[in-house]
Amino acid sequence: MKSLEELRKLRAELEKEISTRNSEGKPKIIIGMGTCGIAAGARDILQAVTKEVRKRNLDVNISQTGCIGMCEQEPLLDVQLPGQDRITYGKVTAGDVERIVVEHLINGNAVKDLAIARLEEGGI
Amino acid sequence: MNPKFYRSHVLVCTGTGCVSSGASNVRDNLEAKLEEFGLQDEIKIVETGCHGFCEQGPIVIVYPEGVFYCQVQTDDITDIVEDHLLKGRVVDRLLYTEQGTEIRIPAYSDIDFYKKQHRIVLGNCGRINPESIKEYIAVNGYEACGKALTEMTPEEVIAEIKGSGLRGRGGAGFPTGLKWELTRQSPGEKKYVICNADEGDPGAFMDRSLLEGDPHRIIEGMIIAAYAIGADEGYIYVRAEYPLAIRRLEIALQQAREYGLLGEDIFGSGFNFDLKIKKGAGAFVCGEETALMASIEGQRGMPRPKPPFPSVSGLWGKPTNINNVETYGNVPDIMRGGAEAYRAIGTEHSTGTKVFALTGKINNTGLVEVPMGMSLKEIIYDIGGGVSDGRELKAVQIGGPSGGCIPADLLDLPIDYESLREVGAMMGSGGMVVMDDTTCMVDVARFFLKFTQSESCGKCTPCREGTKRMLEILDRLCSGEGREGDLELLEELGEHIISTSLCQLGGSAPNPVLSTLKYFRAEYEAHIKDKRCPANVCAGMAAPYVIDEALCIGCTACVRVCPTGAISGERKKPHIIHPQVCISCGICASKCPVHAIAQG
Repeated sequence: MKSLEELRKLRAELEKEISTRNSEGKPKIIIGMGTCGIAAGARDILQAVTKEVRKRNLDVNISQTGCIGMCEQEPLLDVQLPGQDRITYGKVTAGDVERIVVEHLINGNAVKDLAIARLEEGGI
Repeated sequence: MNPKFYRSHVLVCTGTGCVSSGASNVRDNLEAKLEEFGLQDEIKIVETGCHGFCEQGPIVIVYPEGVFYCQVQTDDITDIVEDHLLKGRVVDRLLYTEQGTEIRIPAYSDIDFYKKQHRIVLGNCGRINPESIKEYIAVNGYEACGKALTEMTPEEVIAEIKGSGLRGRGGAGFPTGLKWELTRQSPGEKKYVICNADEGDPGAFMDRSLLEGDPHRIIEGMIIAAYAIGADEGYIYVRAEYPLAIRRLEIALQQAREYGLLGEDIFGSGFNFDLKIKKGAGAFVCGEETALMASIEGQRGMPRPKPPFPSVSGLWGKPTNINNVETYGNVPDIMRGGAEAYRAIGTEHSTGTKVFALTGKINNTGLVEVPMGMSLKEIIYDIGGGVSDGRELKAVQIGGPSGGCIPADLLDLPIDYESLREVGAMMGSGGMVVMDDTTCMVDVARFFLKFTQSESCGKCTPCREGTKRMLEILDRLCSGEGREGDLELLEELGEHIISTSLCQLGGSAPNPVLSTLKYFRAEYEAHIKDKRCPANVCAGMAAPYVIDEALCIGCTACVRVCPTGAISGERKKPHIIHPQVCISCGICASKCPVHAIAQG
């Protein structure tokens, strides 16, 4: 360690390695993992999301949820950017994941043709 | 690309407490299960240090949700992996349930045990992997050290520590900044810093937990101290019976050297410093600073008179700064957050926090860190969950063998250096043993004095002979042979030992006796005058056991275990205990299947 700058640069990198332990103020991706979701292939979606986040070096919180009653539309994937409405995507395929991540998570624009619902911020 | 991204981190506590309740197997099984379900690339296992809630171990925390699972056994892993990690369903049955309620609490921060704590020194314990310097750096580690070495002069560092009001956490409470200043001002080219990790109080384990859970914090604190006083070499004196602490320290030192945080020209500042570990053989007296230094030098661990103080003539006759583990543990936070912010915590003369090891008859055994000035009541009831088995609190022993007993009616006492000294106890290293109404205070005093007596190094007469005589008196009180005048003799001896002993081992050894005499004199008197032990503890003086004939089923279980053959009776008929033969050992009561035996 030859300077304080070097330490700070290193820390900026290392913070990402443990960022999973901190969820405050971070974008969230939520995958429906009820029985219906799993039957419709939610496990593949979860893997695809993890891969995508890793590939693009994003600081995102990935979590799961149970059945919300829209079994017909499974697999469901929700994206919630901090301070914005939560958007639900339905009948998501592993192939859709990249688009959702790039367009919504990175660029901030909901993918309209895949979106099926909007939950207001602070909603369930 | 961030190959280090894992969607979930599972933190498994591998502190000594959790390991002894099975954490290693839990970890291994978790690893196997993750592979079985193909989750090893998505989920990361992180071994951490102690969370302090040892009562509830093994502890497993799942992020990003931060769900706190307690008393996790190997078999529970399947549910955690299948339900939580795979499907996101929290495993309710493994959640913590607050004492006396049915409510299950998923989040760490909502548990009463943690709510009232203020974790600075223990802040990283249980949150990062202590064997990874990367995780320490990621949580602002070595920032304080970098700042001090590159942007501040040693005098400015000392001024900051002085301004923070930090006092020695080893027990005596000497102002840390002043100690550093005295060592800096002592003439001499060569100086040393030493970390005193010779934790020896029965029931105290904060130094061990800190070294196991966050070793880099101590190293960082020591680098800052070394820079401030102008030392280029340091020692961590830790007892050999702390193998995990030593192993993690060794790993941490190695990593710090690899990262150039120990060695030459640290942070390009031109400052050189390196650290060595010295394993102690475990003598209690080696916690005394001059004895500790003698031990490092390869001599027999015995204290010498002070002055000269270590700051003038310490290790190998060179000016030496010696602080306790917890004291160094506060330094990085003070340097990072500033003296003002630190002063805002605690009381005017006792700033910051103190770590206590809660043990004895308390529901939540464990390690807690609270702001100075918090009342004993809050610590024991709000954090500790109260006295176990719903019994009544009798006293709290603070400060181990050097400390004293505080009676239940002083529960509102705010805990700081001065208030503890006023009531005849002392901070010590922070052991807090809770005692209920089944504890005999004479017996407790005898226990602690027996400890210090056998740990007395024998160099000075007051400690060597005096504690022996005091112990003899206590032995005779506990066996029902106390004489008139014994209590006065104890007090006289105690006062002389305190004022004439060479070091603080002797200088504080009578404290447990004197403080119990002060607050529980009637109990002592009952041992002498009535030949009775009010708490029914001292063998030979306790009330004999009696069988309730209405309940006894005549199973003879008691007859078989009675060591003195005091019980007789016909099979399947009520038995009786002969009071003259009964020694009140209580074994019969513990074996009775129908709870028909109790002390009369």
